[in-house]
Amino acid sequence: MNMVLEAPHLPPIGKRLRQEASRDDRIKLGFMAVIGLYLVVALGAPLFVMLSKSLSTYRFELSAFEFQVSDEAGANWGAIVNAADLNRQLEALTEAELPSSSDGRLAVTKFFPDFKFRSPVHYRIRGTTDDAAFLVGSALEKGTEWREYDSGTFRRVVLRPARTLGVENFTTYFATPALAQSIYNSVLMAVISTAFTISIAFALAYGLTRSCMPLKALFRGILAIPILVPSLLPGIALVYLFGNQGIFRDWLLGYSIYGPIGIVIGSIFFTLPHAFLIILTALSVADARHYEAAASLKASKWRTFTTVTVPGARFGIVSAAFVVFTLVITDFGLPKVIGGQYGMLAVDIYKQVIGQQNFEMGAVVSVILLVPAVLAFYVDRHMQKRQVALLSARAVPYQPKPNARMDGLCFAFACLVSLFILGMIAMCQIAAVVKFWPYDLTLTAKNFAFDLMDGGGWAAYGNSIRLALLTALFGSIVVFAGAYMVEKADGFRLGRGVFHFLAMMPMAVPGMVLGLAYIFFFNNPANPLHPIYGTMTILVVSTVTHFYTVAHLTALTALKQMDPEFESVAASLKQPFHRLFFRVTVPVCLPAILNIAIYLFVNAMTTVSAVVFLYSTDTKLASVAVLNMDDAGDIAPAAAMGMMIFYTNVAAKLVHALIARGLLARTQAWR
Amino acid sequence: MNSRMLLMLAGAASALFPAIATAETQLTVYTAVEAVDLDRYKATFEKAHPDIKINWVRDSTGVMTAKLLAEKDNPQADVVWGLAATSLLLLKTEGMLEPYQPKGVEALDPKFVDQDTPPSWVGMDAYVAALCYNTVEGEKLGLKPPTSWKDLTNPEYKGHVVMPNPASSGTGFLDVSGWMQMWGDEKAWDFMDKLHQNISAYTHSGSKPCKMAGAGEAVIGVSFEFPGAKAKSAGAPIDIIFPAEGSGWEAEATAIIAGTANLEAAKTLVDWSVTKEANEMYNAGYAVVAYPGVAKQVEHLPDDIASRMIVNDFEWAANNRSDILKEWQKRYDAKSEPKS
Repeated sequence: MNMVLEAPHLPPIGKRLRQEASRDDRIKLGFMAVIGLYLVVALGAPLFVMLSKSLSTYRFELSAFEFQVSDEAGANWGAIVNAADLNRQLEALTEAELPSSSDGRLAVTKFFPDFKFRSPVHYRIRGTTDDAAFLVGSALEKGTEWREYDSGTFRRVVLRPARTLGVENFTTYFATPALAQSIYNSVLMAVISTAFTISIAFALAYGLTRSCMPLKALFRGILAIPILVPSLLPGIALVYLFGNQGIFRDWLLGYSIYGPIGIVIGSIFFTLPHAFLIILTALSVADARHYEAAASLKASKWRTFTTVTVPGARFGIVSAAFVVFTLVITDFGLPKVIGGQYGMLAVDIYKQVIGQQNFEMGAVVSVILLVPAVLAFYVDRHMQKRQVALLSARAVPYQPKPNARMDGLCFAFACLVSLFILGMIAMCQIAAVVKFWPYDLTLTAKNFAFDLMDGGGWAAYGNSIRLALLTALFGSIVVFAGAYMVEKADGFRLGRGVFHFLAMMPMAVPGMVLGLAYIFFFNNPANPLHPIYGTMTILVVSTVTHFYTVAHLTALTALKQMDPEFESVAASLKQPFHRLFFRVTVPVCLPAILNIAIYLFVNAMTTVSAVVFLYSTDTKLASVAVLNMDDAGDIAPAAAMGMMIFYTNVAAKLVHALIARGLLARTQAWR
Repeated sequence: MNSRMLLMLAGAASALFPAIATAETQLTVYTAVEAVDLDRYKATFEKAHPDIKINWVRDSTGVMTAKLLAEKDNPQADVVWGLAATSLLLLKTEGMLEPYQPKGVEALDPKFVDQDTPPSWVGMDAYVAALCYNTVEGEKLGLKPPTSWKDLTNPEYKGHVVMPNPASSGTGFLDVSGWMQMWGDEKAWDFMDKLHQNISAYTHSGSKPCKMAGAGEAVIGVSFEFPGAKAKSAGAPIDIIFPAEGSGWEAEATAIIAGTANLEAAKTLVDWSVTKEANEMYNAGYAVVAYPGVAKQVEHLPDDIASRMIVNDFEWAANNRSDILKEWQKRYDAKSEPKS
């Protein structure tokens, strides 16, 4: 921990200094509490509400129902019998048949073996508790009053299960082979995709930071592209490129793109920028003195690579791997479009929640999806303990030297990856302007007439831009301040640990789970925050929270590279922390802060999964429109709207680059 | 002069007053109707009732149903206009619908109206199971178009059929429940066992199989008539085939959410939704509507779809849904996992 690192640098504690520090500490603690509270309200509490659903089970409580049967005349009633007693006598249902789901129904005629629906016999039914519910046909009846039916109607009476607490949902889950298989599939896909993505991202980041290859800025731009498009677009592109009518379907040697192959290719496409961003941040701060030392010790290229470059970026690589792994395992858009019959956990949530409205089973799958996050958190914490600040106050920036073979190799590789990315985007662009793929290839602009289609038209596009701007603004402030508290505040070890854990959570929470959790949490009239339900505010809050982790990690990576000595020096000079924060930390980390802002902006433009449950009439979004248009079969307009999002994000990127350039000239001159 | 002034004032007041008295009511209406139709529906209704304004919240059937159920304890919608009857039945069994007998509901075909009195939901139109057959790809592969459900089990179609997964799509479930109601459990499962051998993918959306057939990703898509007609208009080389045995179907329907603060306006909307005028409006896209004698033929679709619809027992389907899906997943979900 940093405590250990910082301890040797701390000056002897004098009386006045101590006072100063404790006031600072109180302010820091206050800040941390505020941002921590934000995370609890925006993440912890909704998730808790959602996940508590995984333990709510449904079961037929037979003892809660009583019957009375009349004679043939339909007038004289027999003894009152309890359904549980009847079942014991008849052995109609075994104990194993009683657990049910929220949609479970049990026909009462099972308890009356000599039931005839045309007989004149009448039946009465009542609950023994106020909650005992049954259906007559489809009408809901509840309560302890007797209700009388003729035999024709009694045939239509079904009992409803009662809600209890228990772990049956989990046992059911693991007893269902198709569902349990999804765990294996998801982990396998995530591991394979992570291995590919991290290798590619590292090679690219290495080329950009350690070689003198040409066109670096251009490649940086191209590599950011996948993050700029909604996740549905690579799906559409892959189908057009490699589907049964695809241009390059022969390249797959007869294998189908629908399934593992499609998932891996698509996952690499959409996770590459995430991994690249983190590893690039980690690699871009290099101390030239380490390389000089390696050179003067006559270390080989390989040795320098393994002993200087990789260890320096280790934290970034681990973080990136964690990010990619969880992105793949929690994404549902891609496997939904291209996954075919290959069962994945996130799609199972979709099937359970959207297909069968089985929230409880959806919550069970969500809990299972959280496991990798918890594991990754411990791995991450463990690695962090060994992380040493690279950018000490005496660091010298590294300048790569030209090397024709190396540079050429890096250049060729970057070209190859760029071709892959641009090819996918080009395919989407073609899809957006072609009349009917693949049978009518005339060009048309009518796909951009969004007001005639699904999803809210151009107004939705305007809403998306508003959402993106608000998310970028508030998100960067919250995230950076939060990361600073975790990294640079001393003391409150437990508080910082909990905070960091909360900050890592969103990555592992599928957007759909978050969206549903928000409904359960915020649409509760007893919740004082209820008024934000259905507004732009809840969209901003959910989007900031959904994308918190990568932004947090980016801020953390940047902050980690600042020597803790800055804090010690400030403390010894009796400077309050906020002065150091605004005069040194923020300016030094400005590139990272701008990266966070643009990251949040583009993701707010493209995100679908969480907001799909939260948008209202006045807050329709462009990304949701893409999904809706694709659903309605308007694939070309969907691609067109997707490309509009892409162009907007490209424009935002350009603005970001301009601002960054202006600011960097002023704040990064020291580099 | 004075009296004229007074008269004018009185006139102005009376012109102003009703406007205040019937100040515009805003209705939040949840729907799964195709977005293309939303503006038209809204405009037509608001023309008839200028004092009520519709605010749409639209999504696919599954998302809308999940959203409604998730909001159960604090419903946000006033009315649901255009959601699958099966979904509304689910809401009804949760006690979420306000039973209401709309004025003029007697005119509707009874199979489009909830069985209870007063009914909890009233139908608008139907979507009917159909096959989309890609003629170009079929010819390339030397296949003959199927004419019946049974044909789909023919080994020559192996790997060329896509159908919606009943566990994630309402259309998929209407197919399965249709087969079971037509043939009985045993024969239906036997049919699905054989069909499963030919299926290349189970999709999550009901219109997707038709889209896939339209784009040549599959040859035969088990879907329903609406996306078929739409894809054909867009230029897809497909034939829309109604299997000889008959087709399962689903009604799109309207209901009032219990506890709405705008009950009167909600009733006005539901009253209007069963009128002849409204049904003529539905007919622009849907070949079968609830009001008998209104439907005109829809482009690319035959004019006798109504006669191909099976007798569909919504209550039976709703009450057996969870058992059917459990069995379906046991049989086909596990088996359909690829060998890894």
